[in-house]
Order: sequence, then structure tokens, then C-alpha cells
Amino acid sequence: MCACNHQLTPDSEYARLEELLKEYKDQRGALIPVLQQAQEIFGYLPEPVLKRIAESFRLPLSRVYGVTTFYAQFHLKPRGRHVIRVCQGTACHVRGSARILDRVQRELGIESGGTTEDLRFTIEPVACLGACGLAPVMMIDDNTHGRLTVDMIPKILDMYE
Amino acid sequence: MELVRAHILVCGGTGCTSSGSKAVQEALHRELKKQGLDKEVKIVETGCHGFCEQGPLVIVYPEGTFYCQVQVEDIPELVEEHLLKGRILQRLLFTEPLTQERVPHYKEIDFYRKQRRLVLRNCGYIDPEKIDEYIARDGYVALAKVLGEMTPEDVIEEIKASGLRGRGGAGFPTGLKWGFAAQAPGEKKYVVCNADEGDPGAFMDRSILEGDPHCVLEGMLIGAYAIGSDEGYIYARAEYPLAIKRLKIALAQARELGLMGDNILGTDFCFDLHIKEGAGAFVCGEETALMASIEGQRGMPRSRPPFPANSGLWGKPTNINNVETWANVANIIRNGAKWYGQFGTEKSKGTKVFALTGKVKNTGLVEVPMGIPMREIIYEIGDGILGDKKFKAVQIGGPSGGCLSEGQLDLAVDYESLGSAGAIMGSGGLVVMDEETCMVDVAKFFLDFTRAESCGKCTPCREGIQRMREMLQDFSEGKGSLEDLDKLERLAQTIKDTALCGLGQTAPNPVLTTLRYFRDEYEAHIRDKRCPAGVCRALLTYYIVPELCRGCTACARVCPTGAITGKVKEPHVIDPEKCIKCGACMEACRFDSIILK
Repeated sequence: MCACNHQLTPDSEYARLEELLKEYKDQRGALIPVLQQAQEIFGYLPEPVLKRIAESFRLPLSRVYGVTTFYAQFHLKPRGRHVIRVCQGTACHVRGSARILDRVQRELGIESGGTTEDLRFTIEPVACLGACGLAPVMMIDDNTHGRLTVDMIPKILDMYE
Repeated sequence: MELVRAHILVCGGTGCTSSGSKAVQEALHRELKKQGLDKEVKIVETGCHGFCEQGPLVIVYPEGTFYCQVQVEDIPELVEEHLLKGRILQRLLFTEPLTQERVPHYKEIDFYRKQRRLVLRNCGYIDPEKIDEYIARDGYVALAKVLGEMTPEDVIEEIKASGLRGRGGAGFPTGLKWGFAAQAPGEKKYVVCNADEGDPGAFMDRSILEGDPHCVLEGMLIGAYAIGSDEGYIYARAEYPLAIKRLKIALAQARELGLMGDNILGTDFCFDLHIKEGAGAFVCGEETALMASIEGQRGMPRSRPPFPANSGLWGKPTNINNVETWANVANIIRNGAKWYGQFGTEKSKGTKVFALTGKVKNTGLVEVPMGIPMREIIYEIGDGILGDKKFKAVQIGGPSGGCLSEGQLDLAVDYESLGSAGAIMGSGGLVVMDEETCMVDVAKFFLDFTRAESCGKCTPCREGIQRMREMLQDFSEGKGSLEDLDKLERLAQTIKDTALCGLGQTAPNPVLTTLRYFRDEYEAHIRDKRCPAGVCRALLTYYIVPELCRGCTACARVCPTGAITGKVKEPHVIDPEKCIKCGACMEACRFDSIILK
């Protein structure tokens, strides 16, 4: 919640979407940046938002849906407050990242790609975080946790409410 | 301009940031202020120094003293000793593992001494968010030279003469590529920087963008002038927020100084850039897929010809190079093709940046002349295998590359030699593997990746990778027959020959090279039902050695399935029926009494 004490109602979210659509109107190749920023506003991409974007760009909904599902970054379902990305890159793999992911999944009781019921965590698959020097690595939100061992996991998860 | 007597460079690369360099930097600020030194000592946050293993890194100039693994608690002592008393703080210096000597200057550390840092010359040396510091290091001199003294043809000839080849993977001669785009008919042309570094295990492009963004912009400006383009795109991975932030800052600063935009440096040359954030699709590293993505479509490759040089972005002639290629351009123009030609081999000129990772002691970013033997990179720069275990393989080129065995250690690292060994230069990931790495598992790992990232447009890639993956799954469970190995090899070769784009054509490489160099390991899985490296879980059981077990119950407490039973102070037993082979017990055991059989 932002400090200025006005609540973000769905209405104001849609108002921001309209501003966004206006800003990118008639720009070439704008679909992906618009989807990215719409996801920032809503946290994910609900169907009405996709419909509105399609309408505004005069594109069939199927085209917008096709682009949305092609890229790993876009989400059609709500996500947790904190996103955990356990690096599955080569360097992390050979330094035991599979066991790290196992432990995170067991701690939270969800599979990779899933979200906890209380919407606290989402585990997102990621190919490589590019911090191979610190393998094995995971990222929670924008924080990178490196040189992990399995028993560090519970403590790290406790840091995120 | 303020004058200071010392600069403290704190690494702000992704590696050091996750090791806590931000807190170190804040502690430095506080301590300098406390000691009244904040006017005479300046703190500079730089890009990546490459030696991520030893982070957070702090370098004090003018001496160039290299402190590693610096923690917040070390700061008061560091400031007092080095900056007040002028003495080097010995205990934070790097210790050369061979000689146990403490090395004060980073140029004398083996990790750096064997390198030739041309592309990375500014990385870790300048503040990447200040254009002045880039200019002070001869930045934009090459652009001025090009605009002032050279025709576009001259520029292309110079790049051709330098022998620079694409650093993104395939190694196509850059000058030739520029020439095609320059000759292509059409008023409107584009230049594109491929910064969609998606190879797991590679982060050199990220480090260049984070550590020296202006050198990429300058390279693109020169390329645009050479082919006659006025508009460009940088397509960067959204997973690299810091790189994107620094690019945006660099772009704004270049515009402000008239180095980007209309009438650059008072000439008729106009050029400007857009930054596009990728949305997470590995295949977008392929140039035609990347252009589709910039256009706002699904990032699917199309068949070539027509090549982008004739019909690229929005059907216009387009020249695409990757980050490291662009980062070479200004150096070549400033120093000349002849200077550049002294580095590397006859057909592979210059240097290559590698991300050295995996089971090697010194992990990090290294830049070496082409043609250097693999052994030197791993054993001299990388200082050998972690825990002094036995070297097994090195994986080069990511999911498109191959695994080389000990027999190839003396191979020269250049485009031709790597190609003939079945690997590729690729973008430059080097992942070292030891005896505890299973090659069947590695092949499986890469296919997991390419299977997930295949766009699904062509059948060989979409279906073929899936079938290869199924066969590997069988092998890792001890199923299948030895004839299946030949079948797998035939399938891999067919995919290589028939897939539409680079992703599919190279996806079989990890399979083909592991079959070629580590066939005995496949055979051990199939024939002996044994995983020699002890990785493939289906072929292993966890077992508690009764003589070693003290009955401390640590394993039973961590076991998620309650498979471990036993009384306190008596040896415990694992029930193989209940065991899910997660390995938690093995990590919890303090007496090494749990083994894999």
C-alpha cells in the first residue's frame, strides 16, 4: 500500500491502464511493453485486461493471448507477494540446485510454478540468473541469495512475510 | 573539479552485490565521514571485476590494492590502516593458493595476470553511470575518428581487416555482415544489439552492460554510421534490471552531450536508440525471433533467406550483433585493425570473454586471447578443480554447445578447433565439471532446458528433443539397451540437420558430445545399472553405515517422509520403500555415516 493513503481500487488500476494505452497508441511494436506495464499495475494479466488491450490495439484477442502465453514473464493467474526464483542454470545445477529447489518446494508445500494459498510465495522457474559465480543461487523478489546450502532455506524464507 | 588523494572502488556487479557490497559501501561512507576523510577519499561504485568468487571486492587507488571478501566489520580497520596510516591491511589481501603468498596488487594475481582485458578494460575500473569517466578512458574517440576522418566504406574495411567475428555464437565475420546491410537497397535501416543473453551459465554480456554501457553504445553508433542507419534497438533480458537501468542512464547522458540524436558531433549523422525489454524466451536470442519480438509478436524464428541484412525489422535491412561484438568495435577503430590482429589466432582474432563457473576454484568473468589452450583457462586462471577433485568435463557454449573431456584439454579455444570437437564457442559459458557430475544427467539437464524453450514451430525441434529427453530419462533409470544409444545418436544427428533455427540445430550438441566422449558412462547406466558419478537417483540408495552412526537422530528429524527409524544413541536405518532420495539426511549427518550406494 502506498504511503499517501489513497486506496488502489480496481477502478484506479483500470484508469492507469487507460493512461498506458493512450501513451502507446499508434506506436509500433508496443504490445509487449504494454503487457509488461499492465502486469506491473495488476500484478498479473486478468482476462478483462487482455480484452481491453486487444480492443485498444485493434487486434484479435487470440493474438494478444498468443503473445502472453509465449513469454515466460507473463502470468494469467494472481501471484504471491514474494516471488522465489531458484536458479536452474548449469553452474547452479552442477553445484546442487536441484536439492535447493526440492527444499523450497517442501518448505512451502507447493511445486515450482505454484503459489501458496495465502499468496505469500510463488515459486517461478528460471533458467539462469546470471550470478553463476555464487552458485547455487536463488532470488527472492530483487534480492539475490548466493552460496546456498539446503539448511539455509527455512531461515531465508522467514525473512519474507 | 574536486581533487582527492585516493579512490576506493567498490564492485557493484551482480555477484558482489549479492555478497553484500552495498552494505560495505555504506559502511565505507560512514567510516570515512567519521574519520574526516570524506573530502579527500572518493568512493566509486564500479561494474563487475570478474572475480565474483572473492566478492565483495574493494580496490584502493592510486596503489591498486586489491582487497577481497570484505565485510562490513572490516571497514573501520581498513580505513584506519590503509587510508589513515598508509599501511596495507594484509589479512584482506588475496592469497595465492599455490604459494600461500598474499598478493597486494590485482594485476599480479594469477587470475588476472593470464587475462587480456580489451573488451572488459573499463569494467570494474570506471563508474558506469558517469559518461565523463568513460570519456576520460578515450571513450567516444573512435566515434569522433569515424565521423571526422572515415567514410562508411573505410569503417567496414577496417572491421573486415580486423577479422572480428560475431561473439554471439556462430562466429560470422562482422565486417562482412555490415557490408551486406550497407549494400542492401533501402533508405531506412536498423541496427540491433542482441542483449538477450539466455544461455544458462553465461553472464558476460550482463557484466559488459553493467560495467561499461557506453562502449556498447559507441560500437552501435559506429556500426550505424557504417551501414547508413539512423535508428537502433537494444533488446535486453528483463531478468537483468541493473543492466537496463545503466543502459538508460548511459543513453540519456550520451543524448545530453550530443553523442546521440540529431547531428552527432556537429555532423550530418543522426542516430538514436530504443531499449526493448525481453519478456523471457530463450529463442529470442535467435536473430529472426528477436526481431519478431521487437515487433510485438510471438518470438518465433522464420526461415532464412531473406537474411536480416536485406529484410529484417519491419522488412527493412537490419544488422544485428551481440553485446560483446559491439563492445569490440570502438577498440578496433581507435587502435586500428593491425593492433587488433596481434591478439588471437589466424582465423579467430581478438579476445573472448568467458564466464568460468561450475566446479572450479576461481569462478568469474575472464577475458583471454583466442587460441589459448583450455587447460590454461581451467588450471591457471581458474586454479583447478574445487576441492582438488578430478576433472571430468568442461561444458562450453551453453545448451547449444558441447561437453569436452580430459582428452580435449589441450585444445586451442578458437572457433575452428571447438567446432571440430563438436562444441561451439557459443556466447562463452564455461562450466567445469568434476567426477561427481554425471554426464547423462548433464545431457538431460540441457534437454530439459531446450525442450522448455523450443518455440514449437518446427517438428524436428519440438518432437525430436522430447523423444531424446525420454530416452535419456530411461537411461538415467537404468532402462533401455545399448542399441538405443545408436538410435539416440541418429535422432540427434537428424534434428541437427533438419531443424529450422539455431536453437534446434544446436540442441543435440550436448547429447552428441557426451555420447562421443563419455559413452562408457551411458553404458554403465544401461548395462551395469550404475551411475558412476552417484547422481542419478533411480540407480542409488541411501544407506546408513551402522559402524559410523552415533544415533544422534539428526537424520530422522529432517527426513520429510519418516523413512528413518532408530533409537537414540543406536544406529539408525533407512526404509528404502519410504525414502524419496531427497538427500536431506546426508546433509544433516555430522558423522558422514550416510552414503549413497
